[in-house]
Amino acid sequence: MTPILQIEHVSLSFGGVNALTDVSFQVQKGQIYSLIGPNGAGKTSLLNSVSGFYHPQQGSISFDGQELNQIPPHKRARLGIARTFQNIELFQHMSVLDNLMLGAHNQLSAGVFSSGIYWKWAEKEELAARREIEDIIDFLEIENIRYQPIGQLSYGLQKRVELGRALALRPQIILMDEPMAGMTVEEKQDMVRFIIDMNEEHDTTILLIEHDMGVVMDVSDYVTVLDFGRLIGEGTPAEIRKNQQVIEAYIGQQ
Amino acid sequence: MNRLPSGVFNTSYQQDAQLFRTPVQRISLAAFLVALIAFPFVGNAYVVSLAIIVGIYVIGAVGLNILTGFAGQISIGHGAFVGVGAYVSAILVAEAGVPFLIAMPLAGLVTACVGLGFGLPSLRVKGLYLAIATLSAQVILNYIMNNWSSVTKGTSGLPVDSPEILGFVFNNDFSYYFLVLAVAILALLFARNLQRTRIGRAMTAIRDNDLAAELIGINLFRYKLTAFFISSFYAGIAGSLWAHYVTLITPEHFTIVESINYLAAIIIGGIGSVLGAVLGAVFMVLLPEVLRLLSDSLSGIFPNVGLFFSAMKDVIFGLIIILFLIYEPRGLNHRWQMIKAYWKLWPFSY
Repeated sequence: MTPILQIEHVSLSFGGVNALTDVSFQVQKGQIYSLIGPNGAGKTSLLNSVSGFYHPQQGSISFDGQELNQIPPHKRARLGIARTFQNIELFQHMSVLDNLMLGAHNQLSAGVFSSGIYWKWAEKEELAARREIEDIIDFLEIENIRYQPIGQLSYGLQKRVELGRALALRPQIILMDEPMAGMTVEEKQDMVRFIIDMNEEHDTTILLIEHDMGVVMDVSDYVTVLDFGRLIGEGTPAEIRKNQQVIEAYIGQQ
Repeated sequence: MNRLPSGVFNTSYQQDAQLFRTPVQRISLAAFLVALIAFPFVGNAYVVSLAIIVGIYVIGAVGLNILTGFAGQISIGHGAFVGVGAYVSAILVAEAGVPFLIAMPLAGLVTACVGLGFGLPSLRVKGLYLAIATLSAQVILNYIMNNWSSVTKGTSGLPVDSPEILGFVFNNDFSYYFLVLAVAILALLFARNLQRTRIGRAMTAIRDNDLAAELIGINLFRYKLTAFFISSFYAGIAGSLWAHYVTLITPEHFTIVESINYLAAIIIGGIGSVLGAVLGAVFMVLLPEVLRLLSDSLSGIFPNVGLFFSAMKDVIFGLIIILFLIYEPRGLNHRWQMIKAYWKLWPFSY
């Protein structure tokens, strides 16, 4: 087992509010790693620190052995860190296909000139990318909506397209922020199936934030619990279920 | 949604990516091109000169639509950039003796670099704030055109030669029309190709959601500046063509009014669409002419109407634009797509 993402003593504060206090953990390659905790525990802040939107005051985050602190967000994406959001962040006015093609942005290389000429060079590249994108469309079962603009799609489908865009980056790790919030049972089942499939087929590591405990306990290899910015427990799902501190954070003391 | 007529099926990704997919599209495009080429043979000098001005505005408007429409960066400095292109091209040809065929792209490049400089604030400021920042480009550049009189001849105007390519002098409307037509077609094709490939997609992504764009690996810094660069390049080309057409350029033509006209053109035509920029440019150039024709023809019946119209022309112009924004907020391009969709589905539009 090799750690792919290492969070070491990370502390993040906004003014007087401590969003994260001395958080450390490691995600191993190929794991489905869940991050749980009550609202406001700092889970999303942690993901934002990994993607590069927040800059922790202390501690370090390294990915695949490389220290991330000085790397801007768009370069982190190139290293293989993909992300989906709690509130969907897709390109609303573009079609599903264009959104997915944008995910492949960094695998293409056409510059302004060859793009403007289109003929030959850019065309070849675009068509090759399209072929790969179609595999993702096929995997996520969204063939029938490929030309539709995002704004016309249901919430569940938008979440699915967002996952597709993350997959188009050919990521090593996907940070998923509540991929199942607000979904119907059926949509949740589909989403869980996609998560398990991409983990097994492509060996993609997944860092998952989720509130649905049934899902978390079923799919996770390892679970970490945050409360008020502090790590209060970690272990396999079975261990977490018995952890007294975790039970207190969620249900309160007896 | 791209609806294809019945009986046409895409069987390869290449077909799906084609700009002109069906025989009907290709035939109508060819017919339109033939009509454009035949136009100066049929039309009189007045309409041909109008067509030339339309062509130049089309190039400028498409350029602004790349910046404002694709990449979502508002610019109120476009008119001044057109001016930079005009002056640079004029001076290159007259003073340095550079042949027009080289001076035009060179003017585009110089303008692009100027645009790049004034695009730097876009990395920090967005939306209305950026609009004000680009307004400074307008003011500064216009000030330079007015006051650097040793080079620009200030308000007395800089005389410009007619362009000459390989010994052929474009010194009348008839020949100049074809020059503008050729450049405009190239400019439109380039913009359309840009829009459907990697670069254009990245720009549109920044417009729609810059946070997500950054997270999928798009360098905002680079693509915003690229948009400014390409847009100003188009402005420079439009300026060059304008200068060599009117043969006398003054700073008054490149004021904020010009910038607003370009903005109005892409809003009326349709933000973010190449065809929209074309329709908007045609609209903005022809509307004042149509108003003038109307007043001329009415003055035969009501003698005082000419006087009234000349006073009210700008008011009516503004009124028409306001009505347009209310009843056709998504631009002429959207209306055109709706008409096309209607006829494709007719008579079973469900």
